[in-house]
Amino acid sequence: MGLQCKHMLGLQDISVQDIEKVLDTAKPMKDIIGRKIKKVPTLRGRSVVTVFYENSTRTRMSFDLAAKYLSADTVGLSASSSSVQKGESLIDTARTVEAMGADVVVLRHPASGSAELLAKTVNCAVINAGDGLHEHPTQALLDMFTIREHKGKIKGLKVAIIGDILHSRVARSNIWGLTKMGAEVRVAGPATLLPPEMDKLGVKVFTRVEDALEGADVVNVLRIQLERQKQGLFPSLREYAQLYGINKERIALAKADVLVMHPGPMNRGIEITAEVADSQQAVINEQVNNGVAVRMALLYLLTGGETVETTY
Amino acid sequence: MKLLIKGGELVNTEKCLLERVDVLVDNGIIAAIGKDLPASGAQVVNAKGKLVCPGLIDMHVHLREPGYEAKETIASGTRAAARGGFTAVACMPNTNPVADNASVVRYILERAAAEGLVRVYPVAAITKGSKGQELTEMADLKEAGAVALSDDGLPVTDAGVMRRAMQYASMLDLTIIPHCEEKSLVDKGVMNEGYYSTVLGLPGIPAAAEEVMVARDLILAENTGCAVHIAHVSTAGSVELVRRAKEKGIKVTCEVAPHHFTLTDQSVTGYDTATKVNPPLRTSADVEAIKQGLADGTIDVIATDHAPHTVEEKMVEYQYAPFGLVGLETAVGLVFTELVETGVLTSAQAIAKLSLNAAKVLGVPGGILAEGERADITIIDPKAQEEVNPDNFASKGRNTPFAGRLLRGVPLMTVVGGRIVMQDRRVMS
Repeated sequence: MGLQCKHMLGLQDISVQDIEKVLDTAKPMKDIIGRKIKKVPTLRGRSVVTVFYENSTRTRMSFDLAAKYLSADTVGLSASSSSVQKGESLIDTARTVEAMGADVVVLRHPASGSAELLAKTVNCAVINAGDGLHEHPTQALLDMFTIREHKGKIKGLKVAIIGDILHSRVARSNIWGLTKMGAEVRVAGPATLLPPEMDKLGVKVFTRVEDALEGADVVNVLRIQLERQKQGLFPSLREYAQLYGINKERIALAKADVLVMHPGPMNRGIEITAEVADSQQAVINEQVNNGVAVRMALLYLLTGGETVETTY
Repeated sequence: MKLLIKGGELVNTEKCLLERVDVLVDNGIIAAIGKDLPASGAQVVNAKGKLVCPGLIDMHVHLREPGYEAKETIASGTRAAARGGFTAVACMPNTNPVADNASVVRYILERAAAEGLVRVYPVAAITKGSKGQELTEMADLKEAGAVALSDDGLPVTDAGVMRRAMQYASMLDLTIIPHCEEKSLVDKGVMNEGYYSTVLGLPGIPAAAEEVMVARDLILAENTGCAVHIAHVSTAGSVELVRRAKEKGIKVTCEVAPHHFTLTDQSVTGYDTATKVNPPLRTSADVEAIKQGLADGTIDVIATDHAPHTVEEKMVEYQYAPFGLVGLETAVGLVFTELVETGVLTSAQAIAKLSLNAAKVLGVPGGILAEGERADITIIDPKAQEEVNPDNFASKGRNTPFAGRLLRGVPLMTVVGGRIVMQDRRVMS
C-alpha cells in the first residue's frame, strides 16, 4: 500500500499516518543498504528523474543511490546544463521530463513553492528535495528516522533547532514533522535570523541558545552560511560562534544522552565545534546513511508500494 | 443622439445620497435631470432599481502602451475600463519609454483619441526614466496633458530629490502620487512579512517598508506645501499616518485598491502568482484598518492599480513572477460585495470614492451628474450577481486572484460623452 499523499511536497500538510509509514518502511530499506549486494528489483522498469536547479552534492547522490538500490532507472538534469539556460520555464521543463516517461520527479529549486507548481503541472509523483526557504521534507524525515532509531520514539522529546531559522527549509520541515509527531520543538538563533510569528507554528522561540538547550533530548544544529554575514544579518562569524556555537559547555546543558544532529555540510568551529561534532553524542554520519533509506522508502511508497512484475 | 435614463437612483456624490429621477442626455451633455422626463425621440433605458452614477474614474491603472503591448494596449485597457464601468482612467508612466517627456504623453493621448473607448488621463513621471535622480520637465508635461506626477512602481528613494520634486510640482499646481516603498526594507521580499511568509518560506516585505516612506513623504508634503496623493495604501500604519496628517492640515489624499480591502496574505497559500502584488496583500488587521479608513474618510479614493501581465509571465515560480493583478473588471463587484453589502460604505459614498474624489485629486472634470455636465455615466445594478470569469475579460490580462468568485454589484452600462460604450457586459466595438 502506498501513501495517502500523491506527492511529497512538504510535511505541513501530510498526515501522521503517512509520516509513520515512511519511517516504518525506511527500516527494511536500511537493511538493504547494509547488504553486500545493495540492489533489489522493486522499482525495476520505473524511472526517477532528479531535476536540480541548485547545487547539491549529497541530496542528489542520496536520491540517486536510493533509486538505483531499488533498480529504478535514473537520470539527472541540472540547471547549469539544462534548457533553463536557454530560458525554458520550470513548467515546460517538467512537461518535457514527464513526456519522456518519468514516474517520479525529484526537484531541488531555489524558489519556494516550486515543487507545488510542478505537482500542479505534471501527473507523475513529485518529491520536493528542497524548495527555497519553504520545505525540505526528506531531510526532516531522515532526521525523524534517526531520532526514532536512537530514542525509540519522538513523542514527548525536547528538540532544539539552532541557527539560521529564517533561511532554513530544514527547520521548517522539522518543525511541522516533529510537532505533528508530538515532540516539543524549540528554536534559537539571532533575532535577525528568526522569521516573524514563529511561535504560531507551535514552537518555543529563543534568542539565547542556552535556554533552548536546557534539558534537550535532541539538538539539531543548522549550517550558518557565510553569505548571511555579508548581507549584514549578523556582525561576524566570530560573534556568531561565541553566542550560538554548540560547544562542549553548551551541550552539557542538554540531557546527558542528547543526540547531536546536523544536516551538513558543517562549518566546524563556527556553528559546531569539532569536539561536539565528533563526539559519541553526534549522529551526523548516520543521518547521511538514513537519508538514503528514507528516500528509498519514499520512492517505493510514492510509486504504489508494490513490487513491479515484469512480463516478457 | 438622445438618451433617456429612466427611473434610476441617481447618485449624488456631493451630498452622498440617492435621488429617484430621470436623466436626459443630449448631444453628449446632460440636458435635463428631473422626474418623469418625456422621452421625445430619445433611446430609453429603464434603470429602475439601478444606480445611475457619475462615470467612474480609475485614477491608477497601467495601460502598458507604449512598450509592453503584449500585456495590454490603450485599446484593450480602455475596453476593460468600459466593461468595468469606468468612463475614465489615469494611466501610470512606467511604460517603455517612460512617460517622462511631452512626446510620450502626447503619444498616449493620440492613441487614446484614436482607439480608446474611455477617457485617458496620462500621469507623467516625477523623475527622468523614473530613475529617481533628475526632475522631469514638469511644466512641459502639464502642457502636453499630464494630470499628475508619479514614478509609480518605483519609489523616489532620494529624499532630497523628492523634496525638490514637491517644491517644483507645487509651483505648477500638480499633484504628486508617491509609490511609498523603502527599498532597503523590502530587499528581495515578495509578500507581506508575517506568519504566512514564515510558513511559505517566501521573503517578506514588512509593513514598515511602506510606512517609513509614507511618513517621509507626509513630512515633505508639509514642508513643501505640495498636494500629495499616497498611492495604494495597504497597512494600518499608513492609514493612521494619513489620518494624522489630514488632522494636521497637510494637503494629502490617498487611495486603496480593492484587493487590499478584500484579501489577506493568507491568499498567497498555494503560491498563486495572481496574489503577488506590490504593495503585498497584508493581514486581516490591516484590512480592518483600511475599511475603517474608508468609512471615516481618511481614504478618499478607490483605485484598482490595474496591472496586466501575460499568462506566461505569471506561470512561473512565485518569486520570479512580476508583481500585479488586473482590477478594472472586478472593482465594482468587489466594492459592492466587500464594502456596501457589509455596511462599511453607503453606495453613494462608495461611488464618490470611485468618481468625484478621483476627479478632484486629478483636477479633471467628472464625478458629478448635473445639467450641463458632460454625459459620463455608469449604471450599476447593486443587487445583480456575477461570477468572475477571466475568459470574459476585455483586458489582455488574466492575472486575477478572484476567478470563480461570486460578486454582487454589476456595472450594466457605461456612457462616455453621451455614447454607450458598454451595455449588458458587452463592450461596443
